Amino acid sequence: MKRFIKTDGLHRKLEGWPLVFTILVTISILVGGVVEFVPLVLVKSNVPRIATVKPFTPLEVAGRDLYIREGCNNCHSQMVRPFRHELERYGEYGKPGETVYEHPFLWGSKRTGPDLSRVGGKYPNLWHVRHMQDPRSTSPRSIMPPYAWLLEKELDFDILPTKLRRLRAVGVPYSDEEIARAVADAQAQARAIAADVEANKGPSGLENKEIVALVAFLQRLGMDLKASTQAQALH
Amino acid sequence: METKATPSAATRPAPSAVDVFTYDEKIVRMFVLATAIWGFVGMLVGVLIALQLPFWPANLGEYLTFGRLRPLHTNAVIFAFAGNSIFAAIYYSTQRLCKTRMFSDAMSRIHFWGWQAIIVAAAITLPMGFTTSKEYAELEWPVDVAIAVVWVIFAVNFFMTLKQRREKHMYVAIWFYIATIITVAVLHIGNSLAIPVSLFKSYPIYAGVQDAMVQWWYGHNAVAFFLTTPFLGLMYYFLPKAAERPVFSYRLSIVHFWSLVFIYIWAGPHHLNYTALPEWATTLGMTFSVMLWMPSWGGMINGLFTLRGAWHKLRDSVVLKMFVIGITFYGMSTFEGPMLSVKSVNALSHYTDWTIGHVHAGALGWNGFMTFGMIYWLLPRLWRTKLWSQRLATTHFWIGTIGMLLYVMAMYSSGVTQGLMWRAFDEAGRLLYPDFMETVVQIVPMYWVRLIGGTLYLTGVILMGINMYQTIKSAPKELPDPSFAVPKVATA
Ligand code: HEM
Ligand code: HEM
Repeated sequence: MKRFIKTDGLHRKLEGWPLVFTILVTISILVGGVVEFVPLVLVKSNVPRIATVKPFTPLEVAGRDLYIREGCNNCHSQMVRPFRHELERYGEYGKPGETVYEHPFLWGSKRTGPDLSRVGGKYPNLWHVRHMQDPRSTSPRSIMPPYAWLLEKELDFDILPTKLRRLRAVGVPYSDEEIARAVADAQAQARAIAADVEANKGPSGLENKEIVALVAFLQRLGMDLKASTQAQALH
Repeated sequence: METKATPSAATRPAPSAVDVFTYDEKIVRMFVLATAIWGFVGMLVGVLIALQLPFWPANLGEYLTFGRLRPLHTNAVIFAFAGNSIFAAIYYSTQRLCKTRMFSDAMSRIHFWGWQAIIVAAAITLPMGFTTSKEYAELEWPVDVAIAVVWVIFAVNFFMTLKQRREKHMYVAIWFYIATIITVAVLHIGNSLAIPVSLFKSYPIYAGVQDAMVQWWYGHNAVAFFLTTPFLGLMYYFLPKAAERPVFSYRLSIVHFWSLVFIYIWAGPHHLNYTALPEWATTLGMTFSVMLWMPSWGGMINGLFTLRGAWHKLRDSVVLKMFVIGITFYGMSTFEGPMLSVKSVNALSHYTDWTIGHVHAGALGWNGFMTFGMIYWLLPRLWRTKLWSQRLATTHFWIGTIGMLLYVMAMYSSGVTQGLMWRAFDEAGRLLYPDFMETVVQIVPMYWVRLIGGTLYLTGVILMGINMYQTIKSAPKELPDPSFAVPKVATA
């Protein structure tokens, strides 16, 4: 060590060889990343599968991409930590197997608003519509921005087959049939949500608007894990 | 003004044995100006989003909501403000440390304009909602490709400059630049691998836990190799110059350089404590983060001790004042960081404003003040005139310091307050604040204090802008590149 770092030692020599120096730096910075990442991919037990966790429906995919577009993840986490106070506030903590189809992950790093990973089924569809249109109408002291344009902008249904195909290319198991039916499936799910909103005296004509996709996505969050715990309870 | 470093008459070799070369100073001036302009823009957006949190009507319609502007703020301050600043530092110091002009003026220009174009693309696409959602890597794939191309051009230009150097040994600043250039390339490519859906939409090839791991391997090391190592290089060059003292310890620089470079990469999982990432990974991340404290403080100590016997110079030198605050805040945030990595502390701090306080102690204190110090040092040299107003610069120093302190104090108190409220139980074992909203209302006053602090800090940047403008106005019309002549060395 002494020989290496003294004023005319080995390191001094190294300082005259940029190429060797650069190679040594490259090796140093690769080690940690490789050691941490490779086992995560190769060792299956790191991410135990959960049977009830299924890929998102085409409409939910669209909704998820709207969530990303609006940057909701900048204020809302989707990862409950295993502490008693978080379990009480939000529900079951996040499991590795829950997000296996999530490209990208949306766990977030800041909770300016509450966690959303267990929000599915917590509120009616109409609540979400009102809340997105004007957050103060459902939560008077909220600091969240309004997203009224979601109720006006037309949802792009046509791109959904392409989206599913690309997701399949990165590992989400959509069948050919599901891809072929993507638009029809999405429209059917959108109509059901829009009809529910209207039946509860909410705004009408939302079935081809962006908001229904976002609501579909929000209502899905946490439901797969719930289904798994229910299934376990039955056995 | 030409600075000629000709050897004395007695030893002067025959004319043919003299090597004449110049330094490209224009490119440094360009990067310095870009730093100031983007610094202003990025922090203006910072002030706007700081206002949006306590005052929601400041969300100005579809394209200017908090969710879309926050990534614009982070990209602008990191890649445009800090980015242009480190390029200015690298282009200025590398030429001098290698006693050669940059390898290719054309590549330098492509690097400059390519980088500015990327920033403009970010400023347009992020408000439009084209984002990958991955923090500090939000830009969509076409911009990512452009970043990779420009970075490679920068790298080639830099390494070829090293190759044609006239100085045998590479000075410590250069080591840090090498680490920066290599690692940023590896991180950017590794984290951006995605499959395009349309021109501005893509899905990353990783999912869930793996995507999280790759993202924070990238995210943490963006902090390490974009906001830390190049700034350490900057410190190692400009601080001894400004203090007119050699670096405190050569050995310390070797030890802390290699340990920093090796250890930093492991620390990413501290962003994922208590998440679904397997525990072995977070424990590994935590351990290496705590170890990181030592090499980080090695840098701080080497910086502060370089001022031994020169502390009196601080009184008259705004440059040294800036550097001292910068290095001190580096020391503070690299003490705080390892502490935040410890799981029990992170359990409280994660998801709260404590993180935001930590970020801005590093960003405003270390990155901001090192940049300002460098700019005040470079201004008279690059434009060959006196700094227009020392007093204004000193005012910048104080207003910036006060603004920064207000900002981080507000965030620490709001972070700890909210963290404690989230976990509070009443005697019956129920949540004391079951309504999340109560914990938000409680910290809104702190958001206002942060806004005041941020506005003061931005005001400091504006003062610097005025000072720059006036200084440059008084510069001579012609600013020829300084030229040097040295005896030709017989290269083996
Ligand atoms: C006038 C100065 C500034 C103001 C008012 C400001 C304000 C803000 C605000 C309001 C946020 C969002 C916090 C939240 O989500 O709760 C933020 C985030 C951030 N800012 Fe700044 N900022 C300023 C300067 C800077 C500078 C100079 C840098 C970097 C060099 C920086 C880097 C960041 C980063 C990295 C984040 C994201 C933090 C995270 O994700 O945890 N900021 N800033
Ligand atoms: C020894 C050095 C450091 C360590 C170990 C460290 C550790 C940490 C930890 C534990 C977090 C919180 C993660 C979370 O709970 O979400 C964090 C966040 C952060 N730190 Fe540091 N830190 C260090 C130095 C710095 C410096 C010098 C800067 C800036 C120049 C910086 C910038 C950031 C940023 C931007 C974040 C926010 C990331 C995000 O959530 O978006 N850190 N750091």
